Amino acid sequence: MTEPLLVLDGLQKSFGALRATDDVSLSVDAGSIHALIGPNGAGKSTLIGQIAGALRPDAGKIAFMARDVTGLSVPQRAQLGLGRTFQVSSLAMEFSALRNVMLAVQARKRSTFRFWRPVRGDRDLTDPAMLQLERVGLAERAQLPVTALSHGERRQLELAVALALEPKVLLLDEPMAGLGGEDSQRMTEVLGNLRQEAAMLLVEHDMDAVFTLADEISVLVYGRIIASGSVADIRASQEVRDAYLGE
Amino acid sequence: MVEMSRENLFNAAIAGLLLALPLGAWALGESYYISVASRVAILALAGVGLNLALGFGGMVSFGHAAFFGLGGYAAGVLSHHAFEGSAFLNWPLTIDGSDSTLTLWFAALLVSGLVAAVIGAISLRTSGVYFIMITLAFAQMIFYLAVSLPTYGGEDGLPLYLRSSLPGLDLSDDLTFFFVCYGLLLLAIFLSLRLVGSRFGAALQCARQNETRLSAIGIAPYPVKLTAFVFSAMITGLAGALFVELNGFVSPSILSWHLSGEIMIFVILGGVGRFYGPIVGAALFIVLETVIGGYTERWQLFLGVILLGVVLFARGGVIGLLAGKARHD
Ligand SMILES: Nc1ncnc2c1ncn2[C@@H]1O[C@H](COP(=O)(O)OP(=O)(O)O)[C@@H](O)[C@H]1O
Ligand SMILES: [Mg+2]
Repeated sequence: MTEPLLVLDGLQKSFGALRATDDVSLSVDAGSIHALIGPNGAGKSTLIGQIAGALRPDAGKIAFMARDVTGLSVPQRAQLGLGRTFQVSSLAMEFSALRNVMLAVQARKRSTFRFWRPVRGDRDLTDPAMLQLERVGLAERAQLPVTALSHGERRQLELAVALALEPKVLLLDEPMAGLGGEDSQRMTEVLGNLRQEAAMLLVEHDMDAVFTLADEISVLVYGRIIASGSVADIRASQEVRDAYLGE
Repeated sequence: MVEMSRENLFNAAIAGLLLALPLGAWALGESYYISVASRVAILALAGVGLNLALGFGGMVSFGHAAFFGLGGYAAGVLSHHAFEGSAFLNWPLTIDGSDSTLTLWFAALLVSGLVAAVIGAISLRTSGVYFIMITLAFAQMIFYLAVSLPTYGGEDGLPLYLRSSLPGLDLSDDLTFFFVCYGLLLLAIFLSLRLVGSRFGAALQCARQNETRLSAIGIAPYPVKLTAFVFSAMITGLAGALFVELNGFVSPSILSWHLSGEIMIFVILGGVGRFYGPIVGAALFIVLETVIGGYTERWQLFLGVILLGVVLFARGGVIGLLAGKARHD
């Protein structure tokens, strides 16, 4: 067995008296999708934030590719290959969709400190960027500013931007939220095909998508992981049904 | 065919007008208006510098007079020593005064750039109102430092008797001096255009729009903003050196917070993040000052009303009003 790509060990995070992350340990293996489900307010986004580096855990450790990254900043982690999407789209709103992805391409190439050559029409940036936009089904909308994109399209763009970083692990915070039936199917397909390229920690409420995609599922309730296992295990678990699936 | 957008046409008109004014004045023998045009070009240059930080990087610096003034003092002090035949510094290394224009410009760029690196490194740890206040505070510190330096005239400032010399050009000729200022202004705009359009510029603009996004793709906003802040200060510092040359005088007034505010007004009036905006802003400012200022001392009241109008109704400034919204791709 190879070591998991991402390992969380005893993470704790409180907001005042609220324990948003309560002794969370989990791991994401190479080539696999680990889904994280749980009711609203369970602490899923808070957990993603700690892994990405935007939030400091109060205790615990985060190892990425066998390296302790707990003390690293967001950009440092991203450069190591830890990509993320946001639950609420966070993009450069005045830029076109293409420009948003181009910026990620230039970030991956570590070429930000170049002051002279215009990015406009720079094939080294536009070609890889268009590739990612095609992949998520946004190629025809490439030239539009983000403000002109629909909610669903912004979700797709978030993914294209994250993919342009060629991450080893993707942290996806509700990528299907607000997508229509067709779009969420497409998103499910895209993510399924990505598995070998990037392992994923997938936060998602769409249970069809979760059951289709996940290799492993963890259930988070009140900051705690109450169950963890294969799709079949979780489906069968009475505790999970009571706490979350509401069946 | 080169595609000319409305903004490009408008920009060409602005640049053309600024060139036509002193030429007309020269033809009519009205040399006073040549120096007015030089003043506009120099103040616009200071605005082009600030625009880089404020317009493209979203860094609302209320301390750019510090860089304008430091550029001015760097040039003025060296020129003063050249006139006196004394050295600016004897230890640990000897720095003589200089009457070479290029040396003075270099000194202005160096000093404003270095100080901006220090001020920026500290100020950029804050944001929003705190950033505005801390840049103002630094500028005020430098202002009081200049006031308390008797060697260079303290509060009263220092007259400069020497015109600096640029190989092949006679800067004491008003029209020649204008051309030099105008050339530097267009050069600075051109460099800004290249910078903003480059990979660095893309990151800088993203830092303005959404720092979280920039971090998430692995680009740390801080060094990007700091670098832009230093470039911005250097352009404004060069404007300060030209200003001192134009006036033949250097005094703490070029370090005062009023001037910081005025440079900001040039940018806002013309249009934040519009490359030629500072020319419009500076020109409008000077026109108000000379025309309305000729009738009443309260010309700044009119300025205030116009500024209010721009902020409330024309967020893109005059250029935004006449040429439409800025275009991104
Ligand atoms: N920055 C914060 N400050 C205080 N409380 C927060 C903060 N972020 C999240 N919370 C709280 O932590 C809990 C978990 O939130 P979140 O991680 O967003 O849940 P989820 O993503 O699972 O819906 C919620 O009760 C939320 O109100
Ligand atoms: Mg959430």
